[in-house]
Amino acid sequence: MQHGKYRFIVGFLAAPLALYAIFVIWPFIQSIYYSFTDWTGLSPDFKMVGFDNYSRMLEDQIFWDSLGHSLIFALLLPLVTLGLALFFAFMLNVGGRRRKGAAIAGVRGSGFYKIAYFFPQVLSIAIVAVLFAFAYNPNEGAINGLLRAIGLDSVQPQWLGDPDTALWAVMAVLVWSTVGFFVVLFSAGMASIPKDFYEAALLDGASRFTTFFRITIPLLWDTVQSGWVYMGILALGAESFAVVQIMTVGPGGPDYSTTVLVLYVYQTAFRDGQAGYATTIGVALLVITLALAALVMRVGRRERLEF
Amino acid sequence: MGSTSAHNNEGLGRRDLIKRSAALGLIAVPTMSFLSACASGDSGGDEKVDKGKKTEKNPLGVNEGAPLEIVIFDGGFGTKYAEDAKAVYEKTYPKAKIKFSSTQKIRSQLQPRFNGGTPPDLIDNSGAEQMDMGVLVGKKQLTDLTPLLDSPSIDDPSRKVRDTLRPGIVEMGQFDGDPVWIMYYAYTVYGVWYSETALEKLDATYPENWDDMLALCAKAKKKGVAGWTYAGKHPYYLPFSLYPFIAKIGGREVLDKIDNLEPNAWSDPAVKAAFEAYYELFKKGYILKGTPGIDHIQSQTAWTQGKALFIPNGSWVENEAAKTMPADFKLAVGAPSGLDSSDKMPFGTIWASGGEPFIVPKSAKNPDGGMEQLRIMLSEASSKNFTQSVKSLTALNGGTDGIELTPGLRSATAALEKAGDNVVNPRLQDWYVKLQKEQIGVAGLGEMMAGRATPAETIKKIQGFADAAAKDQSIKHYKHQ
Repeated sequence: MQHGKYRFIVGFLAAPLALYAIFVIWPFIQSIYYSFTDWTGLSPDFKMVGFDNYSRMLEDQIFWDSLGHSLIFALLLPLVTLGLALFFAFMLNVGGRRRKGAAIAGVRGSGFYKIAYFFPQVLSIAIVAVLFAFAYNPNEGAINGLLRAIGLDSVQPQWLGDPDTALWAVMAVLVWSTVGFFVVLFSAGMASIPKDFYEAALLDGASRFTTFFRITIPLLWDTVQSGWVYMGILALGAESFAVVQIMTVGPGGPDYSTTVLVLYVYQTAFRDGQAGYATTIGVALLVITLALAALVMRVGRRERLEF
Repeated sequence: MGSTSAHNNEGLGRRDLIKRSAALGLIAVPTMSFLSACASGDSGGDEKVDKGKKTEKNPLGVNEGAPLEIVIFDGGFGTKYAEDAKAVYEKTYPKAKIKFSSTQKIRSQLQPRFNGGTPPDLIDNSGAEQMDMGVLVGKKQLTDLTPLLDSPSIDDPSRKVRDTLRPGIVEMGQFDGDPVWIMYYAYTVYGVWYSETALEKLDATYPENWDDMLALCAKAKKKGVAGWTYAGKHPYYLPFSLYPFIAKIGGREVLDKIDNLEPNAWSDPAVKAAFEAYYELFKKGYILKGTPGIDHIQSQTAWTQGKALFIPNGSWVENEAAKTMPADFKLAVGAPSGLDSSDKMPFGTIWASGGEPFIVPKSAKNPDGGMEQLRIMLSEASSKNFTQSVKSLTALNGGTDGIELTPGLRSATAALEKAGDNVVNPRLQDWYVKLQKEQIGVAGLGEMMAGRATPAETIKKIQGFADAAAKDQSIKHYKHQ
C-alpha cells in the first residue's frame, strides 16, 4: 500500500490543483496586483500607484456605506434564514402532534410544505428579483394592494423608493428565496438523527422546545455551520449583487441605502472605468469574506458528536 | 448523520493529505504567475489597412477592398437604420467585406477587445453598458473625427459635413481642445412631455410660467389627476426639465459653471429658485403618489394612462411608451415653464443634445471606413430613413422635409424652431456620469422630490458631491470651451 503512494496521489491531484490555481488563485493574485495600479479597464496601459487606491478607499464614504450594508447582510441574513429554516424543518419532521404508531411526526401536510418551501429555489435569483420589484411597486404592486385590501390605506410605504425600507425589502427577498433550500437540507439532516433519541426524551417528559435545543440542534450542528458559511458567502457575493442591482436600480437604492460591496466593485470597474480602484475594493471584500469564514469556523467549533 | 474520523493506520491521514496538497498549491501558484503573461499588458497589433486613393466620390481615401467591422447597440432605436446604411456602404464599395453585429452588451463584448488592441472600426457606444467616454478619450483610445467633419457632405459636396449638423453636435464630441472624438447620431429634445388631449380636458394650455403651472396642477388635483410624475428610481430624469429651467432663470452661465465644477456653482440664486419651485410640487401634493418607488417605464405608463399630466423626459419617450399610449394622446413637449418675468432667457429655452454616440477606436484597423460609414449615415437619405423608422431626429440639421412626422416629433421640431439659439446643452451627464446620475440624481434630487430633504439641504449636499468630484484626481476634468 505504501509503495507508489505519493505518485498515486499526485497523479490524482495535479489536474484539479492546476485548474484551481489557474482559475481561482491566479485571478486573486492578479487582482491584488491590479489594486496597486491605476488601470482603467479600458486600455492596456497603466502604472503602479502604490497604496493610493487603499488610502482613497479608506476616505470613501460610499465604500463604508457598502461595507456596512454588506456586513448587515452577512450577519443578519444567515441568522434569520437559518433560524427560520431550522424552525420550519423541525416542524416538518418532529414538531407535529403525536400520532398512532410513530413517536414523532411532522405537522399535517408536511410533504406539501416541503415542496412549497423549496419552490423558490428552482427560480433563478434574477427572476425572483424582477417579480419582487413589481410586487414592491407602491401603486400597483401586490404588497401595497394587499395592505389596501385589508383596510390599511394609510400604510402605503414606498418600499424600494424609501431609504429606510429599501435595504430590508431587498433582504426579505433573499430570505424568501433561500430559506427553502435550508429547510430541505436540515430535513435531510434531521432524518438521519435516530428516532430513539426523541422517543427517549419524550418518555422522560421533554417538551418539543427542549428536544429542539437539546437534541436537534447539537446533532445538526455541522450542517448548520456549513449552512452559515454558505449563507455568509451568498450574502457577500453574487446573490446580494443580483437583488440589489435588479431591484433597486440606479446606484444601489435611494441615497445609497442598499449599495453593497460587490455592486460597488462592479460599478467602479465598469461604469466609472476605474478597474484598479475596483480591485482594491475587491481585495477588501476578499479579506472580509475570509475573516468571516474563519470567524464562523472558530466560534462554531464544538466537540463533534458521533452517533 | 454519522461522522467518520481519520484512521491513523496507513501513515497518511486525510488531514495530512489536505495540508500537503494545499502546500503544493501555494508553490504552484507563483510559478504559474511567472509563466503566463500579464493579461492586460499586451497592447496588441497596431497595423492599419492601407489608405485608398482620395477621389471626389471618396474624399476620405477609403481602401475599397478593406474589411470593415461595425458594432451597433441594439436598444430603443433597433438596428435596422444601421443595416440600411451598411447596405449603402456595400453598394459604394462592393469589394469591401463588412462584418456587422449588434448587441445590448457593448461593454462586456468590446472592453476585452479594447484591452487586446483589436476593437471594431465603428461602434455605437450606447445603452446601460456604455463604455465611459471620458476614460476612452483620456486614455487616447479614440480616433479624431475631424477628417470626417471637414469632408464634403454626400448631398451637397460644396458644404462640409461639419456645417450640416445641428447645434451642439460638434461641441459635444469635443472633450478638451479641437479634436472631435464622438459623433452623436441621434438628436434628443428634452423637456416636459404631456398629452395635449389631457390638457384640453382641463381647458388648459401649456403653462408658460410657474404660477400658471401651479394653478394648472391645482385644477388637475381637484379632478383626481396628479400634476407630475417622474422616474422615481432614476431621478436623474428630473434634470431634463430642471436644468433648462435653471438656465432660463439665471442664464446659461449658471449651467456652464455647474458643468465646470466651479466652487459654489450650485449656490447660485437661480438654482435655489428652481429647486424651490420643484419642491413646491411635492409640498402641495402635485406629484403622483408612489412616484419615488417606480421606475421609468412604470412612470411613463402611469402618465400615458392619464394619472399625471407632466413628465420630464427625452424624445425617445414616444417610441418607448408607444405600447401604452392611447391613439388620441397627442404627445407634445414643452420647454420648461419659466419662473417669472425676471428670467434671463425667454420662454422656449430648451435642452437638446446628441444621443447614440458613435466612435471610431484609435486602434481600429480601418478607421477611414468607419468614418465613411458615418458620412453615409449623415446623408439626407439615411437620416430620413432613421427619423421615419425610429421616430427620432438625427444630428443632420433639417432632413425632415417631405416625411410625415409623428405628433411627438412634430412637437419637438416645433420646440427647436421656437428655441432658435436658446438651446442649452448641459454636459454633466456625459462628463461626470456618476456625479450626475447617482449623486445629483438619486442622492440629491431623488431625496428632495420624495420630500425627505429640503432644497437648502439638497443644494448643500450636491455642492459637496461636486466639490469632491472637482478634487478627485482619479477622474478627468473638463471645461466648457
